[in-house]
Amino acid sequence: MSDVTLTIEGRQVQVAPGTSILEAAKTAGILVPHYCYHPALPIPALCRMCLVEVEKAPKLMPACQTAVADNQVVHVHSAKAQEARKGVLEMLLINHPLDCPICDQSGECELQDYTYAEGRADSRYKEAKRFNPVEDFGGDVMYVANRCILCTRCVRFMEDVAHDPVLTVSERGDRALIGKFEGHDLTHPWAGNVVELCPVGALLSKDFLNKARAWELDRSASICPNCTQGCNATIETRDNVVVRLRPRVNDDVNSYFLCDQGRLDYRWLNRRDRVTAPSVRGQHADWSLAVAAAIDALAGRSLHVLASPMLPNEALFLLGRLIKRLNGKGWFTVKQGPEAPLDGVTDLALRADRAANVKGAELFGFTRTKDAASILTGLGDGDVLIVADEELAGYNGAPPKAGAFVVVGTTQPSWVPSTAIVLPTTNMAEEEGTFTNLRGRVQRYLQAKAAPGESRPTYAVLSDVLIAAGEPANYMLASEVFAAITAAYPSFAGMSYDTLALKGAVIR
Amino acid sequence: MTTKAPYEPVFVGARREELDALLGRYPTTMAALLPALWIVQEARGWVSDDAMEEVAGVLGLTPAYVKGVVTFYTMYHQHPVGKYFVQVCTTSPCNVSGAEDVVRAFLRHTRCEELGQTSPDGKFTVIEVECLGACGFATPVMINSEFIESVTPDTVPAIVAAHK
Amino acid sequence: MGYPHKSHARETPILSQHFGDSDAISLAGWRQRGGYRALEQALGMSPTDITNIVKESGLRGRGGAGFPTGLKWSFMKVGDGKPHYLCCNADESEPGTFKDREIMRWTPHALIEGCAIASHAMGAETAYIYIRGEFTEPLERMNAAVTEAYSEGVLGKNALGSGRRIDVHVHKGAGAYICGEETALMNSLEGRRGNPRIKPPFPAASGVFGQPTTINNVETLAAVPHILNNGAEWYKQMCLSSPKSTGSKLYSVCGNVRRPGTYEVVMGFPFKDFLYDLCGGPPVGRKFKAIIPGGASVPIQTMEEAEATLMDYEGFVAKGTMLGSGGVICLDDTQCMVKQIGRLARFFAHESCAQCTQCREGTAWTTKIVERIEAGEGTTADLDTLLSIADNMTGKTICVLSDSCAVPVVSGIQKFRDEFMAHITQKRCPYRTTPARSAAA
Repeated sequence: MSDVTLTIEGRQVQVAPGTSILEAAKTAGILVPHYCYHPALPIPALCRMCLVEVEKAPKLMPACQTAVADNQVVHVHSAKAQEARKGVLEMLLINHPLDCPICDQSGECELQDYTYAEGRADSRYKEAKRFNPVEDFGGDVMYVANRCILCTRCVRFMEDVAHDPVLTVSERGDRALIGKFEGHDLTHPWAGNVVELCPVGALLSKDFLNKARAWELDRSASICPNCTQGCNATIETRDNVVVRLRPRVNDDVNSYFLCDQGRLDYRWLNRRDRVTAPSVRGQHADWSLAVAAAIDALAGRSLHVLASPMLPNEALFLLGRLIKRLNGKGWFTVKQGPEAPLDGVTDLALRADRAANVKGAELFGFTRTKDAASILTGLGDGDVLIVADEELAGYNGAPPKAGAFVVVGTTQPSWVPSTAIVLPTTNMAEEEGTFTNLRGRVQRYLQAKAAPGESRPTYAVLSDVLIAAGEPANYMLASEVFAAITAAYPSFAGMSYDTLALKGAVIR
Repeated sequence: MTTKAPYEPVFVGARREELDALLGRYPTTMAALLPALWIVQEARGWVSDDAMEEVAGVLGLTPAYVKGVVTFYTMYHQHPVGKYFVQVCTTSPCNVSGAEDVVRAFLRHTRCEELGQTSPDGKFTVIEVECLGACGFATPVMINSEFIESVTPDTVPAIVAAHK
Repeated sequence: MGYPHKSHARETPILSQHFGDSDAISLAGWRQRGGYRALEQALGMSPTDITNIVKESGLRGRGGAGFPTGLKWSFMKVGDGKPHYLCCNADESEPGTFKDREIMRWTPHALIEGCAIASHAMGAETAYIYIRGEFTEPLERMNAAVTEAYSEGVLGKNALGSGRRIDVHVHKGAGAYICGEETALMNSLEGRRGNPRIKPPFPAASGVFGQPTTINNVETLAAVPHILNNGAEWYKQMCLSSPKSTGSKLYSVCGNVRRPGTYEVVMGFPFKDFLYDLCGGPPVGRKFKAIIPGGASVPIQTMEEAEATLMDYEGFVAKGTMLGSGGVICLDDTQCMVKQIGRLARFFAHESCAQCTQCREGTAWTTKIVERIEAGEGTTADLDTLLSIADNMTGKTICVLSDSCAVPVVSGIQKFRDEFMAHITQKRCPYRTTPARSAAA
């Protein structure tokens, strides 16, 4: 069927038949204010915020629910439509507590935003406000019932996307609120998304409670590094500390969602037990000295590399080149955890492999092992071990006895002796780079906070090491390293930071 | 510290058979929810959390879902009420016909101190309800499922006395 | 349970002919009185022919909307291979209305017969009669009648030997006025919260269980056997005024009136005669002050308007109100309009399903303001606020409960502004002889 042509706010719009007026308006850059509608959820059309004036229609029509028709003329900002919205906003505010000064949502609240834009400047409500106590919904979620606007996004998410209908609307009329059953909590691994979906401060993250104000946050587009799904995320920082991860939309990867595990596992990005200055045998050294010492350590020894699958493509590529040059071997090990799918979205799950770049590690020649311990214990005097940001947390075997150790990472593992050469690097929040997710999608992440001390991105450190080892690697920017990847690996052909933009692309 | 008495399931024996017969009327099991809740209320006098969980299990629904339905419909009690649950219609047609006097008479004669509270002897709870659909026979009163019409303050004492 | 009065000479007792006759309740009694002949006839006709007769008769939905019944039935595409359903709306909860319960109490088989004929006409094999949970006696009577009908072979796999299956199931509601809204009724039947649905899809395309469904009121269905027995022309001729309003209508008369009860008159009957002659006028020593002729959701009429009304769909509209469900609520000069409008607003606030913002918040807000005015703490600004809220509540929601709440407020302030002003200026209710709103006070 051919496209439908209609006019919205004086602009001509052409969309597929069956498209809602609200979605059609988006294509013309027009936002129809709304609450209950969400592109990933079934449409209930109950908040009544999106009522628009359609010429020749007897009543205002809900834009989220009404399909476009040829020659329709739609007014989003006519007097009637604005009055209707003003009415809805007023009704939502009459029982809404004056919590803005203490509400986490303040500054990123859709009730604030629309009221400020189009609502009343005063309140006509003289009666007592309804009161309901705060409830713990389980997991990371708390429910401040007083602030709830009954948009039911949370109920619909749990039912239709998470397939775990533990939320319901309870009661009737103005006594209605979101309810759950005693003993059946929001323990679903993706339940925290209701906080994200909630337009107001009714559903809040306990983790983020009172931590920061929305306007104090700096935001950077990034990727959740905590498993191989590669969900698109936004890292939010306050005063150079990561305080929150939020989902970023990507229809091909994670839709609008992040799992709770990934979302809440950001504290490691703020670790302070880091190595932030280059050192040789425990003594602080400047970079050139430390790199030279590293080259010395490599000379005449058998190279073994234990790399973290959390490292970006850029780092793993350069490490791989070093390994090739010196005829060495590289391994990686991956922390495991239970897989937890989000049933309502195709191919979306918290993956068993709990690291961002397992695919990258495989692509760049590293061997996966479940037994890093025996690799370590098998090392001897003639071996040099490069520990590329792999802490091997929980390792309590005998300390490896390699002839030399070079740490290229963010921490110095306890099993690495003090004689090591330490080249401190940035973590993924402090640099830009790319990961390759389990489906081969290469995705960029941007820098979100400043690097501590003298630490530098891994690709920069490795460039120096390669150059010192006699290999051309004059890369100033991460994008230059990536260009080298695309030149060297046909599966990456045609990609660049520009083409990857913020949605990524799949390798061949 | 008192331990809670173990929950006795409702849907066993004859009641299970009753439910099974009802299930045959509808193409979905969910449609048997309101009838199932009626069976629970008729058996126990109210719908407890345990009962909601049992119904949920029997019909393949979540307890939260069942709770959403129970809290929507006013006739399902979510906590125990007096032996006789007195519901007096006070919507406008009855209101203009003296319904509020009937309410006061019931509160007085049952010795309930307030609407919604159970009388000291545990026998009566009195509430106001919305239109019972017997406006021409004001004031109608329901006592549990018994439907009594044309109640006036004068006929209240006898009604209360008749419910022992 | 109350007994209906003997029909007034000027009534036209068709549906109410056997009200009060306990012998008419049983299947045998119904048969004796001509029952199930229409069904037998219908089972030998094509669905389209039946629907055409009903169309021709001019029968309109008697639940309140007044939608042409034959037209509604014709939306069901017979032979599309999908299971079709009939839902009989016996949720009768509109304040002032109590006619459907009389049909179910006194002539339960009339309803079964109507359901069966309608089912056949729309290709449905299953009909659900959704009866509100509070209707103890109608539930008993309908359940007993359905059992009788099955055991006598009127219903079941081989209805009246026709080879057709017709199943009728009684479904008990649980206390929600909103379930009288046809899409909310469907949700309730499916075991959900009684939330009205957004349309499209319309019930005839996708109704209960996702299948084509028609919802009809009890009185509408009870009229069908009579139309088949006597012909469309007979029904159409029962028309004293507007040709678009034909047949007879049951009116539920209540409130401050000498003879409350159920009355049946032909469409177009003069309202003045109805109120003073048939219903006996106001109580002794009092005068009528206002009439709400169609249940709580229709505008309040002044006596001037009411006494000039002809009782049909168009006639009520011409005099500032609507026929609605035909629940005639009479208010005399001892009643406080502000209090009753507040009480009606409280009703709607109690019954709101909570989906739409304007209804969920607006019904409660309206109630609070009107009750505050009634208690003597209102201002003239409150009247403006009430009208503004009412405007926000009208034409903007999934169903019309919101609009219905606004109706008594708007018509009340328009036509009885002096009563509101009296409360505001005197800072008390001029009618209050007993203290406070709460009956318990």
